Amino acid sequence: MSEVNKQEDQLMVQIRNMNKWYGDFHVLKNVNLDVRRGEKIVICGPSGSGKSTMIRCINHLEEHQEGDIFVNGIEMASDIKKIDAIRKDVGMVFQHFNLFPHLTVLENCVLAPIWVKKVPRKEAEAVAMQYLERVKIPEQALKYPGQLSGGQQQRVAIARSLCMNPDVMLFDEPTSALDPEMIKEVLDVMIELANEGMTMLCVTHEMGFAKTVADRVIFMDGGQIIEENEPQEFFNNPQHERTQLFLSQILNH
Amino acid sequence: MINEQQPTLPAPASTIGLVGWLRTNLFNTPMNSIATIVMLYLCYLWLTPIFDWVFISADWAGTTRESCTSGGACWVFITQRIDQFMYGFYPADETWRLNVTFFAFVALIAWLIWPNLPKKGLVAAFTLLIFPFIAFVLLSGGYFGLEHVETHKWGGLSLTLVLAVVGIVAALPLGILLALGRRSEMPIVRAMSVAYIEIWRGVPLITVLFMASVMLPLFLPEDMHFDKLLRALIGITMFQTAYMAEVIRGGLQAIPKGQYEAADALGLGYWQKMVMIILPQALKLMIPGVVNTFIALFKDTSLVLIIGLFDLLAIVQAAQNDPKWIGYATEGYVFVAFVFWIFCFGMSRYSQHLEKMLHTGHGSRA
Ligand SMILES: Nc1ncnc2c1ncn2[C@@H]1O[C@H](COP(=O)(O)OP(=O)(O)OP(=O)(O)O)[C@@H](O)[C@H]1O
Ligand SMILES: [Mg+2]
Repeated sequence: MSEVNKQEDQLMVQIRNMNKWYGDFHVLKNVNLDVRRGEKIVICGPSGSGKSTMIRCINHLEEHQEGDIFVNGIEMASDIKKIDAIRKDVGMVFQHFNLFPHLTVLENCVLAPIWVKKVPRKEAEAVAMQYLERVKIPEQALKYPGQLSGGQQQRVAIARSLCMNPDVMLFDEPTSALDPEMIKEVLDVMIELANEGMTMLCVTHEMGFAKTVADRVIFMDGGQIIEENEPQEFFNNPQHERTQLFLSQILNH
Repeated sequence: MINEQQPTLPAPASTIGLVGWLRTNLFNTPMNSIATIVMLYLCYLWLTPIFDWVFISADWAGTTRESCTSGGACWVFITQRIDQFMYGFYPADETWRLNVTFFAFVALIAWLIWPNLPKKGLVAAFTLLIFPFIAFVLLSGGYFGLEHVETHKWGGLSLTLVLAVVGIVAALPLGILLALGRRSEMPIVRAMSVAYIEIWRGVPLITVLFMASVMLPLFLPEDMHFDKLLRALIGITMFQTAYMAEVIRGGLQAIPKGQYEAADALGLGYWQKMVMIILPQALKLMIPGVVNTFIALFKDTSLVLIIGLFDLLAIVQAAQNDPKWIGYATEGYVFVAFVFWIFCFGMSRYSQHLEKMLHTGHGSRA
């Protein structure tokens, strides 16, 4: 019994037999995934394979219809209290940053700590400045998002999530809306975060990043997890035909 | 091919300055030149007599129609009755109460729209939540030794302003709630919001006012007294709320989905998300539409004349029927139009200013 508990304790995210439909369209098919505390997972796959949908189910931006999701031991239910509790533990970074354009960088960062976690403003601002320093843009704190470059905006978005002190971070193609010269500055921040032991689920096609930090790479196609392996094996010795095809496509362009 | 660095040259003199502007815009082709000259001539033909009537040969001073001899506008009609046009049948000794209320309100609004004044939140809360009661006590009286002035004595511009301000101040928050209701995920809330909006939008305001003043009393117990002005106010507010809700819904729809998702992902609750993230951005987009609705509402208040309330238009019309002043209807209507125009134009200019300010304020993009 205690053994089981300990094992469960180690699991940050558990997805069990999850199915999801958009109307008649079966978008996620019997997905199973366990993510241990501190584990870094990279998810890849062709467009429309359901990668975004899967990770968005983890913080209930999308609702699944069948199966169970546990985050940090909390079972996902349509109960608003459960959802709020889970969202406090889960940070998310979006492809298009989704910063609040009417608020300064600093206000973007302190809003949720102040209103959701009831942290005093002074304290929230100090924490925010700390994280802005870590993503290397403390000097932009009083600017508005529209005045920053894409790479800077994405780093602010990462800092904004970190300010809530999450246990797991979800990234949905964080670099695919960026100009090539800005991709590195964002990836560097993510690599640093990974080295500090953050649990991460990252949808990305940056295979260099996957090789550097991932503990496991997951390949999705047609709403299913087709293959998962540690990066070395995954890239050098893909088992599934569809994985081979996908890898040959993205590695050859 | 190699491009050499080109020197920066000043614009040709013929394209800058007033002459340049005239040349590029009004006289750039022979056809345009002819059109410009014809238009100038027509303007001259029409505008000079109007200008002459309003200003040059108008009569301003005097006390009776006998003072109007010059053939131009007889503004004596207005100046003689200006108190009535402003205050209606409000007792002359008590009109200071209207003035105090009006200037207090103007001061509050000025505080709110003047840039960089402190404590705007507090002033806004006071204006919305406490000032209406102060204004009501001042205007209606009956407390603190103030003589009670029944609402059927209210009239003129002050009544127009009461109708418009109450309508605007009530319709905006109610419209926001209704718009949020229409976009709600709760089916019953959504259905009720849709029903409310579609019913009230489908009925002309005149009908609403008739219903409020004629039909409603038929359904109420006979001894129940329900103030006519209050009924009109409720009717106007209900009606305008539906329009406001649709304008606001348009603004809400323009906010990218990512903003909702980011707020959700951070764990913000529904009201926190709406009040701090969505509405501030949406309101900025909605300014033209909201002000447009305000202006329409302001002008629509004159419809209350059909239920026997004497707003500015009604009271001026009534004065025109005074045997002493028969024949000066034009002056009356021009005056009413001018007063309405001042207020509507003011709102319009302010909204333009606000839009510009918000757009340049921070180089933000959605
Ligand atoms: N709101 C929605 N309604 C209906 N279908 C949707 C909706 N959102 C996504 N889909 C469909 O679900 C499938 C999976 O979408 P998803 O966004 O998860 O794919 P993805 O793997 O993230 O692709 P990409 O690499 O393009 O981001 C797609 O076929 C998409 O068209
Ligand atoms: Mg996606």
